[in-house]
Amino acid sequence: MRNNSVGEMTGNSNGFAIRTERVSRQYAMGEALVHAVDDVSIAVQAGEFVALLGSSGSGKSTLLNLLAGLDRPSSGAIYAHDHNLAEMTSQELAHHRSHTVGMVFQAFNLLPRMTLEENVELPLRLAEVDRAERPARVREAVERVSLAARLTHRPSELSGGEQQRAALARALVNRPTILLADEPTGNLDSVTGDAIMHLLQEINRNLRMTIVMVTHDKARAARYAHRIITMRDGKLVPEGASDEIA
Amino acid sequence: MKLRDLTELAARNLREAVLRNSLTTLGIAVGVASLVAMLSLGVGLQELASTRLSRSGLFDAVFVTTQSNMRAFGGPPRALPDRVATQPARKLDDDARKQLGEVKNVVEVYPEVRFPTEVQFEGESYRTTVAGIPASARGDGAFDEMKGAFFSGPEANEAILQIEFARDLSKQTDSLIGKELLLRYAEKEPLFADEASENAAGKSAARHSVPNDSAAKDSAADDAPASGGFSLVPREMKLRIIGVVETEPATGFGGFGRGRLLIPLQIAQNLRIAQPTDMREMLRGNTGKPTYETLTVRVNSPKAVQVVEDTIKGMGFGTFSILDATKNMVLFFTVFDSLLLIFGSLALTVASLGIVNTLVMAILERRREIGILKALGAADRDVRRLFFVEAGAMGLLGGVLGVAMGWLIGRALTIGTNAYLKRQELPAIDISSIHWWMVALAIGVSFFVSLAAGMYPASRAARLNPVEALRYE
Repeated sequence: MRNNSVGEMTGNSNGFAIRTERVSRQYAMGEALVHAVDDVSIAVQAGEFVALLGSSGSGKSTLLNLLAGLDRPSSGAIYAHDHNLAEMTSQELAHHRSHTVGMVFQAFNLLPRMTLEENVELPLRLAEVDRAERPARVREAVERVSLAARLTHRPSELSGGEQQRAALARALVNRPTILLADEPTGNLDSVTGDAIMHLLQEINRNLRMTIVMVTHDKARAARYAHRIITMRDGKLVPEGASDEIA
Repeated sequence: MKLRDLTELAARNLREAVLRNSLTTLGIAVGVASLVAMLSLGVGLQELASTRLSRSGLFDAVFVTTQSNMRAFGGPPRALPDRVATQPARKLDDDARKQLGEVKNVVEVYPEVRFPTEVQFEGESYRTTVAGIPASARGDGAFDEMKGAFFSGPEANEAILQIEFARDLSKQTDSLIGKELLLRYAEKEPLFADEASENAAGKSAARHSVPNDSAAKDSAADDAPASGGFSLVPREMKLRIIGVVETEPATGFGGFGRGRLLIPLQIAQNLRIAQPTDMREMLRGNTGKPTYETLTVRVNSPKAVQVVEDTIKGMGFGTFSILDATKNMVLFFTVFDSLLLIFGSLALTVASLGIVNTLVMAILERRREIGILKALGAADRDVRRLFFVEAGAMGLLGGVLGVAMGWLIGRALTIGTNAYLKRQELPAIDISSIHWWMVALAIGVSFFVSLAAGMYPASRAARLNPVEALRYE
């Protein structure tokens, strides 16, 4: 496993699913300027499973939001399959979130009033997928996470692990090329957490899907990810120094 | 996102907060109901007024009189300055009648025959006013809801009773139809020249017969008053009651009060009843030909009334039509409707604030949901449209409910009014009127006002930062 290796910074993005060029994100907090992400350049190969490791407030979730197109960088460039997210309109960013990336959150973020089936179908509605095609796509996604028997259940009727698997199915249903996971095991016990990590690993292997996972669990990151990128105070931690991160 | 998906999601969202959304929709419905009720009341009263007036036969009629009569009787006060032309006053006789009949757009010219008299029915005597009704009055609408039938012919010995007079004769007014009554009247019988001379010499007959030498020469030619003088001879005529009508159609100025016993105009003319003008015309020596107090000119369309009226004025006659009164009535109802609309719109404005409030609350409650939608690929436009559809759905539903409620309010007002009128022994009326255009207008206004009200919340929801929205608990 490599650590904190940075891919090619310039030229074309062939081979990279996603990469950033000196990307920064600053927030004004009162009179102070917070550098949540500061001059970060990373590159993730297509099919790679990368863990973004860092303590709370290190800027890893902010970086993930930037990769997802949920937020815009203050400076720098973010390329997803050669398309610079920093230059996209909000409509294009919505398309990126809908078609290129799938997202999984620590808090699952399922809509509580919808059944599992409806939750998984929601991205298909947003992507304007043909109605006739939807049932098969939903079934394919829920079968991949072994939840086919719980289609009519609402999130409150599912365990934590099942909810996260449902969220995974929802993230996969539009067949994205990149899966972004923000602390996917953060709300789960260790056994369930491991099951989710196994699932992510399986998705990465079987679908050749690029995965960028934010975590503060170094052991898990080391066990499942191909590579760990460590952040501290909004910056990348140089190779060798990352061992200091708890 | 496609419209069908948007609609399904919006419907789901509306169902989730069913109480609050129902109350908001009810608020809109109340606003629309007040708008519809006010509008239907305004239109209903306007229609009631115009129906009553059009049934009176006034809208396609010009009432013609000599200018001197206009001065003498006053006539319609406002019409007088316009009507008094500089030309000398013309007599309203058969020549004038014929000339009036030749004016373009005029379909009929007839005199007003109306006289007070006595009627005998089942051994009892009743005082009443008889009015001659032209055959054209059948189409006025005044006879649309009559009981029985209109005159079978222009010279049929038939009578139609005005309802109040019918009630004087019998409480069961329907039972009067088919029965006979006896009309007692004083016929004007012409005096011939020699007879007139005798009368002139004598004293006893002076009060009832008056000679006029200048007209005596005409007497041999026809049945017209031979000398200009006349005797009053008591006569009787049996009339069969064929119908009962609510009100007399307007066939003239109605100088002797409303006609309570209606007979065919031709019959009324044949009776040769002494008219108030007879004495005056005789004293003026104008007895050769009969003259009329007024003539009613029936025009083929209410639109032609003004032109015909101007033409007749140009001929040297005084005229009056309901046109001026109608203009004032239209003006009154325009102002009245506007006021009602303003009051109705106020309620709808308050209701639209309810929509804004509900949707702003929904944004606060669904902040995280909006974040999730955006994370899953919803564009700002999708979020905006979702809120728009929700606002529009509440507006549409509120509009439909409001129209139904407005209709019910209108019916309740009509029922209440009619209950009161019934106690006063007055006929029932419909004071509210809902038309299809009103339904479409109310629902359309409700829909668009709701969309306008949803504009601010929708755009606020669309602008939400997804990262912040996802952090919201």
